[in-house]
Amino acid sequence: MTAPLPNAIHRADPLVLYGESFASRLLLGTSRYPSPQVLETAVQQAKPAMITVSLRRQGSSTTEAHSGFWDLLKKMAVPVLPNTAGCHSPQEVITTAQMAREVFETDWIKLELIGDDYTLQPDTLRLAQTAETLIKDGFKVLPYCTEDLILCQRLVDVGCQAVMPWAAPIGTGQGPINPYAMKLLRERLKVPLLVDAGLGLPSHACSVMEWGFDGVLLNTAVALADDPVVMAKSFAMAVEAGRSAYLSGAMKPQTSAQASTPLVGTPFWHQS
Amino acid sequence: MRVIVNEKEYDLPHPSMVSDALVLIQAKPPYAVAVNLQFVPKSQHSQYPLNENDQVEIIAPVTGG
Repeated sequence: MTAPLPNAIHRADPLVLYGESFASRLLLGTSRYPSPQVLETAVQQAKPAMITVSLRRQGSSTTEAHSGFWDLLKKMAVPVLPNTAGCHSPQEVITTAQMAREVFETDWIKLELIGDDYTLQPDTLRLAQTAETLIKDGFKVLPYCTEDLILCQRLVDVGCQAVMPWAAPIGTGQGPINPYAMKLLRERLKVPLLVDAGLGLPSHACSVMEWGFDGVLLNTAVALADDPVVMAKSFAMAVEAGRSAYLSGAMKPQTSAQASTPLVGTPFWHQS
Repeated sequence: MRVIVNEKEYDLPHPSMVSDALVLIQAKPPYAVAVNLQFVPKSQHSQYPLNENDQVEIIAPVTGG
């Protein structure tokens, strides 16, 4: 007998950011893959909502090494999310965002304003004012930030319709290092929350989705896997599983054991 | 006149425009330009004058996280 699936599985559940709907809740970075072919196949497997991209000086070793990247982007035809990686001042961010808008023809921007080169921690004191300037200039800002509740609230106050707290420092793969603060953030803020940075395993992605986060953005965990293509697919499935679990409403943990199989009618059992 | 383009020093005649700097480094599209940390839209490249010691940044798309 086949029972109908619960409504939660059936209903459309898009990720909605700034009024735009995305079928996937995974955003994927495009850096550090072994080859452009591996990147392309990983993107095909993960089917991300957006892929992140960046800008560097023409003629530098970076841009020379990426000479075919533009053609690959056009071929993959996935919406792009330019970042402001490496910017250390609000003006650097704003100018980089404006250049990105012209090159990539998109208003989306992943706001990165680095405050510390060792941890790549964002400059939390200047982030909100920079986000506000970008929003007034017409950008759809997705700010990379810490899990600090007040910082995230300030970002919402200045007009960010989604925020992207880290789980751990970029590229560390440690997974959520402060689950308490992240769960509290989810409880307190109503806007979409995307976990950006620090995830290393699909189980990390699944966990934060189970906590009610709306999506994840990751790069290194896929790109540096032995098999990035399979890992990309694994993360996509984990994000989906975590989201379904969140929508399903998990049971409350209990301290005492409770038998799953009915006790009444147990053979050979006698009341003592 | 001395102009810095992508951290390299060049000598350009006066007057020169942003578009002259693009030709100078043989910039390949797609690119975008900033002068002294201010974005210069594509529509202004041929009219935007460069001055002595201007810092010109010409960027291209790359992978990102």
